[in-house]
Amino acid sequence: MRTVRTPRTAIAAALLAGAALLGLIAPGTAAAASPTPAPAASDGEPPAPTEAGTSFRAATAVRPGQRATARASTGDYLYWQFPADAGDRATVRAAVTLPESSARGAGSTWRIDVYDGLRRRQACRHGSDSRTLAADARTVTLTCHLRTVRGWAEPWSNDPLPGAYYVRLTAVRLAAADVGLPFDAALDVSADAVGAAADVDGSLAQPLVQGSSATVEPEDGWSSGWWSTRWLWTAGGAVLAALAGVWGHSLTRGGGRPAGVPGRP
Amino acid sequence: MCGLLVTLTGGLSPVAARADAGEPAAKEAPKVELVLDVSGSMRARDIDGQSRMAAAKQAFNEVLDAVPAEVRLGIRTLGADYPGKDRKTGCKDTRQLYPVGPLDRTEAKAAVATLTPTGWTPIGPALLGAAEDLEGGDATRRIVLITDGEDTCAPLDPCVVAREIAAKGIHLTIDTLGLVPDAKTRAQLVCIAEATGGTYTSVQHTDELSSRVSQLVDRAAKPVLTPVATEGADRCAEAPLLRPGLYTDREVFGQHRWYRVEVLPGQELRAAVSVAADRPVHRDHGVLLRASTLAGREIVRGEAAGDGRTDVMSTGLRYPRPDVDDADTDDGKPAAETVCLRVSNSFSAPAGVKTTPGLPVELSVAVVDGPDEAGDPAFLGLGRGWWLLGTLTLVGFLAGLLWGWISRWRVTVWRTN
Repeated sequence: MRTVRTPRTAIAAALLAGAALLGLIAPGTAAAASPTPAPAASDGEPPAPTEAGTSFRAATAVRPGQRATARASTGDYLYWQFPADAGDRATVRAAVTLPESSARGAGSTWRIDVYDGLRRRQACRHGSDSRTLAADARTVTLTCHLRTVRGWAEPWSNDPLPGAYYVRLTAVRLAAADVGLPFDAALDVSADAVGAAADVDGSLAQPLVQGSSATVEPEDGWSSGWWSTRWLWTAGGAVLAALAGVWGHSLTRGGGRPAGVPGRP
Repeated sequence: MCGLLVTLTGGLSPVAARADAGEPAAKEAPKVELVLDVSGSMRARDIDGQSRMAAAKQAFNEVLDAVPAEVRLGIRTLGADYPGKDRKTGCKDTRQLYPVGPLDRTEAKAAVATLTPTGWTPIGPALLGAAEDLEGGDATRRIVLITDGEDTCAPLDPCVVAREIAAKGIHLTIDTLGLVPDAKTRAQLVCIAEATGGTYTSVQHTDELSSRVSQLVDRAAKPVLTPVATEGADRCAEAPLLRPGLYTDREVFGQHRWYRVEVLPGQELRAAVSVAADRPVHRDHGVLLRASTLAGREIVRGEAAGDGRTDVMSTGLRYPRPDVDDADTDDGKPAAETVCLRVSNSFSAPAGVKTTPGLPVELSVAVVDGPDEAGDPAFLGLGRGWWLLGTLTLVGFLAGLLWGWISRWRVTVWRTN
């Protein structure tokens, strides 16, 4: 079996079409166009943010693959935003670390909420988006696996659409005496592409990005909505059908011309 | 080739989205005022072995060194001058130590060095004074209040003062820092911060104080979209007509606020709203944003419900208006449809919490080109998967076979004739 990845270019597309011709298309194509998490600050990449916003308006932009950190006081509401494009399945991981010396009296409950570009709350498929921290514990990790982002959805649905996604981290239950103590927060966002299975018809004219000071965009821009590996599957199927048709036709003709046809030696 | 295409379209659309997403980022230099408590209690020596005043002075020196060049910074003191026992005079004791403007570091440091812990703690009057100092222009404003004790000048509740300042719609945020605070001070400072969308920090060490104040000043320096104040009406017919942008308003518990937006055929309306809980509220709450026609028919709604501690409840909606047929647009421009937006909330407050001014509402409105119509759940109706390939191959094979047989049969018929 042959695994073909990231057929975003015409060459790769041609290769894949060739593979389809030979009937060698591999399920690996489902992983097409997956944005690999970039390694930490390489050439020309903006450094990971070390501050977090305190409202939707001031949310700090984070790229998937970056680790954003922030120092804040317990009781603060920390906001980040990251871009998610059609076919992405994002995972948000947040870690809260309280200093050792902090004199906390009681436990606290921490939660991450994810909102889409129109500030609509998004559900987590799984993951622990809310956790309670015992009074003597220092760290807590929160996870939210988001639904697959669709290229288009009816306005009455709450399906995730391409655009900015906001993450809010806060303590939802906090003893009055524990408000205002310093803590460190870290946020990791990763996005996996689920491939053509999630390619729906229709597309947004523009991604849902509005009402915030920072603007987010995927590293290679928003997808144009015209490419899908469904083209290759369908084209490959047509080629296979044609080949099978020729084969089936040839079977009915036997090994050559029927015996006794004039012209045969 | 594909990459280029992606870059081109990707580069264009967010820019266009940005253009009508609100006012351009603040051009005017941000203003910050540090309000420092210089009351008698600042003499207490409980921060890293030195007095609170010494810790504050040290922190101020570090902060003043690190202030970003674009920030206009001022310093105000409270309780710095009047050592006497008269409450009335003591509660007026607040003055501007260094005016809000481009910072002269040496001058500002020299001014701070002269301070000695003296008088009362008139937080409310100090906040009012600071808000006055920051007046004028359209800059983002931030007050950083550093104190070690609760306000001693009742009945003027500093928390109510803060909420009233915030309700003026001048984008003012108050961050509070409590030096070794007791429970009452903490509650009061948390209330002040909450009322203006600011933060509260409890300080036990000098380095915490300087790093936090620097962080807050840096935060003020970051360009932030400034929303435009508007006032929604009780009915759609009288509602203000909103153009794409970012707006703020106030909404009392249970109130309905109406706004209007015009949408041309083929355009999509996008609206997002956040209602902030800037005071103690009951634990269950919700927000409803509803788009309806002038006749009152609901088009689409966004709703959110939640419970527990929260800063805002937010929701949003999209309304893509279908393109009209060409035949209808022959007589000039297609008519814009007026969409009524209604914002309502189901917050409620315990008895004793002031309900006016209302809760802060932030409304983001964008009008963009409409999306493509989707005619099929799958991408352009194309298929994928092994079942598709198998089916196509099988059908192709059968078709070939059939075609072969038919042509053979025809040849046989031809030959026999």
